Amino acid sequence: MSIQVHGLVKRYGPLTAVAGVSFEVAAGEIFGLTGPDGAGKSSLFRMLTTLMRPDEGGGKVVGFDMLDEFLEIRRRIGYMPDVFSLYEDLTVRENLNFFARVFGVRIEDNYHLIREVYEPLKPFEGRRAGHLSGGMKQKLALSCALIHQPQALFLDEPTTGVDAVSRKEFWDILYRIRARGVAILVATPYMDEAARCDRLALMQQGRLLTQGTPQALLESYPHHLYAIEVAQPWRWLELLRSHPKVHRAVLAGEVIHVSSLEPLDLTYMRQWLVDSGVTAANFYPVQPDIEDLFIALMDQKAHPTGL
Amino acid sequence: MVATFWAFVQKEFFHILRDRRTLFVMLGMPFALVLLFGYAVTTDFKHASVAVYDQSGDMWSQRLIHQMQAGGYFSVVASVSRKEEIDRLFRQGKIKVAVVIPSHFGESLMGCEPVQLQLLSDGSEPNIALTLVSYMNDISTRFVNEALGSSAQWLISLQPRMVYNPALRSVYMFVPGVIAVVLMLISAMLTSLSIAREKERGTLNLLLISPLPPLLIIVGKVLPYVLLSFFNALVIIGMGIEVFGMRMWGSWPFLLLSCLLFILTALSLGVFISTRVRTQQTALFASLLGLMLPTVLLSGYIFPIESMPTPLQVISNVTPAKWFIILLKGIMLKGGGLDALWVPVAVLSGMTVFFILLSWKSFKLHVE
Amino acid sequence: MNHNTATIAVRELTRKFGPFTAVDHISFDVYAGEVFGFLGANGAGKTTAIRILTGLLMPTSGQAQVAGFDVWRQPEQIKRHIGYMSQKFSLYQDLTPLENIRFFGGVYGLSLRTIRQKSEMLMERLGMQAVAHRLVGTLPLGWRQKLAFSLALLHEPRIVFLDEPTSGVDPLTRRTFWEMIRTEAAKGTTIFVTTHYMDEAEYCDRVSIMVRGHIAALDTPQALKVQFGAEHMEAVFLKLTRPSEL
Repeated sequence: MSIQVHGLVKRYGPLTAVAGVSFEVAAGEIFGLTGPDGAGKSSLFRMLTTLMRPDEGGGKVVGFDMLDEFLEIRRRIGYMPDVFSLYEDLTVRENLNFFARVFGVRIEDNYHLIREVYEPLKPFEGRRAGHLSGGMKQKLALSCALIHQPQALFLDEPTTGVDAVSRKEFWDILYRIRARGVAILVATPYMDEAARCDRLALMQQGRLLTQGTPQALLESYPHHLYAIEVAQPWRWLELLRSHPKVHRAVLAGEVIHVSSLEPLDLTYMRQWLVDSGVTAANFYPVQPDIEDLFIALMDQKAHPTGL
Repeated sequence: MVATFWAFVQKEFFHILRDRRTLFVMLGMPFALVLLFGYAVTTDFKHASVAVYDQSGDMWSQRLIHQMQAGGYFSVVASVSRKEEIDRLFRQGKIKVAVVIPSHFGESLMGCEPVQLQLLSDGSEPNIALTLVSYMNDISTRFVNEALGSSAQWLISLQPRMVYNPALRSVYMFVPGVIAVVLMLISAMLTSLSIAREKERGTLNLLLISPLPPLLIIVGKVLPYVLLSFFNALVIIGMGIEVFGMRMWGSWPFLLLSCLLFILTALSLGVFISTRVRTQQTALFASLLGLMLPTVLLSGYIFPIESMPTPLQVISNVTPAKWFIILLKGIMLKGGGLDALWVPVAVLSGMTVFFILLSWKSFKLHVE
Repeated sequence: MNHNTATIAVRELTRKFGPFTAVDHISFDVYAGEVFGFLGANGAGKTTAIRILTGLLMPTSGQAQVAGFDVWRQPEQIKRHIGYMSQKFSLYQDLTPLENIRFFGGVYGLSLRTIRQKSEMLMERLGMQAVAHRLVGTLPLGWRQKLAFSLALLHEPRIVFLDEPTSGVDPLTRRTFWEMIRTEAAKGTTIFVTTHYMDEAEYCDRVSIMVRGHIAALDTPQALKVQFGAEHMEAVFLKLTRPSEL
């Protein structure tokens, strides 16, 4: 196991940011972490990168003890924090060069590690990092995190605010890094990215609600899920929520996803929709995706959006 | 490790060179300050009030006095018959210069004997005094030329003397003062800002989880500022000597080492501030209030310490700039060595060690 | 949605920065009560276009009217008649929700009485009475988003610009946020929104996709999917922005 931690706790005064987190990540595995803002993901990343000491718990990262051998760990991991943390007044090349030399490696020796990430940046080597677009900043940050051949990579929301195309490219690159045996821990607010991880954990209020392969997680979906295809779906949400058997009704792209605690009778529901004035609607059962699972697992009362 | 260190220093230089405006201020400020203080008083004037103490009272002395007034630079407002009267007139501020013509002035000149004119000037306005002395020098030389021919020039010599401020206090005050301000600004303030910036932008976190030892991070960050500060100190001292005729009596190595010591003191303060703050804004205010104000107000640079109320005099003792100014004046003016100046050296060294230790304790390998 | 009233009318709008053309002759209309999705890759020119339409930046050439005001001659009028919210800046984190409302109300010249009434109404509608006196920075992101959106609507603008309002937000919060957007649009407010979440494009009445300064496609999500033979908006987006790879 490349990352193996148990019972991690971090408190800030009266607030508990991380409340006992345990998990493992193998070498060559992408472990995804998703959850609402304020769930404690960034605090967890800081503990795993040994930037911050846990109040309780511990474990091993790339074979070294988090508490006693943190200097060894620091040499062997790469970290992309949740905010862009490179020198904006230095050029692309100068940033990469600096981080390479900080870790005592030469860009030429390790260029193969970053080739696919860095190649698109080549034409802009002389440009200052502060003047790069979101997607390019993220590629540069990843290059700098990879240049010293880390055994584990910690990516804290690397694709937030990045367009769909750049995100897709980013993930293609992550798969190639995984193939070299690097353990990758990645936090993401994008559920389509979460579904691309080898294993996934949902974090909320400092705890991991569940973890497993995306497939296994989807099989554990606790409710029954249906879709309603209808024009202007948002108009019917309140109506659906008023039905006693409907547990939750939310927008899901062009359709409405309705979940219920027990199976619904399709004929009855279709009739009910017509009776309620929802005409030309199509009602059918669907397989849940990660977003549906996420929503189902989030404790309604605890959810900070106050739904 | 050496390569890593140079990578760090190089990066730091990039930061400094990229920020053109700050760089311009850093390099331009010493010139601006020195010129501002040096020429704050106007040197272009006419009809300076002169008192004449003519101990000779012969024809030649009368001709000299006449020639003095002819140029329009001096106007004789008093003729005195006793030296004490000159002091009184100076104290009352009625004269800027007093000329003492020795007895048997004409006789001596005719007999080709050397004559010494004594020129007393008000040293509390040193720039005026210096200018007047050089005017007087011109006048007396021309006088002898006309009277006896150019070969007799050597016969008359001026013996200038400053009243009140025989050491030309001003230039010796403002040069160390400007050095102290500039070094505080660059070494302490810019260093604390630069470390705080890395904290703010999150880059310090990346450095922390790299294999860099904390000592290397700090030394790498401050080294460029040491060099810049030292360069500025040299510029200021050079201008003091070249432009304002400041004399350097002491040992150069001791002077330069003293500047280096003060740079280290300022750096240790800057690093200490940066370990205690999270943002550049706080760093800026902490260094302005905690360092710049005392340096300007309590060091004796602008307001003489002797005339401060006792509580402020006590507080001035913890102002590093005060000790630096004492040290610099001691070296440049009195030619003092370590035996005479060990107190300020010890105080500055003590402060430096204290703040380095304190910063060392505050610098954490982990964040909270 | 009323197709007769264009609240935003853009014709051949262009903005150059030196030799670089960020916005290249774009034309479109946005109608009253419409949710208009303004998509594009990072650096495609979206931000520049939004800055022109919100009166922050002058175009190089072309015409645009926003809420009936001309971007060339009446940028100040435009600013007064639109609402704006972005992920990056919308609320003062070191003020409480009530203080934020008072400040933004004051900025738009609302009377103290109106501000007080609106504050009470908003706190109740958002269910935020309990946290009305807590600093905004300490509130969960979901609440901050809702509050920011409500503040953008405080002076009852006819058009609201939302610049990546849901970036980095969890799925449940995003969906409730979009419900708020749709509710507001139903009242007749025009919503001009950018997003990197392609599923959110489905919630828009019409979507435009910008590629290198041009508008490469503009239609309802349904029509775009048919046109590009794609099942999801993401596929439409990929085909337009990276045609060579597919």
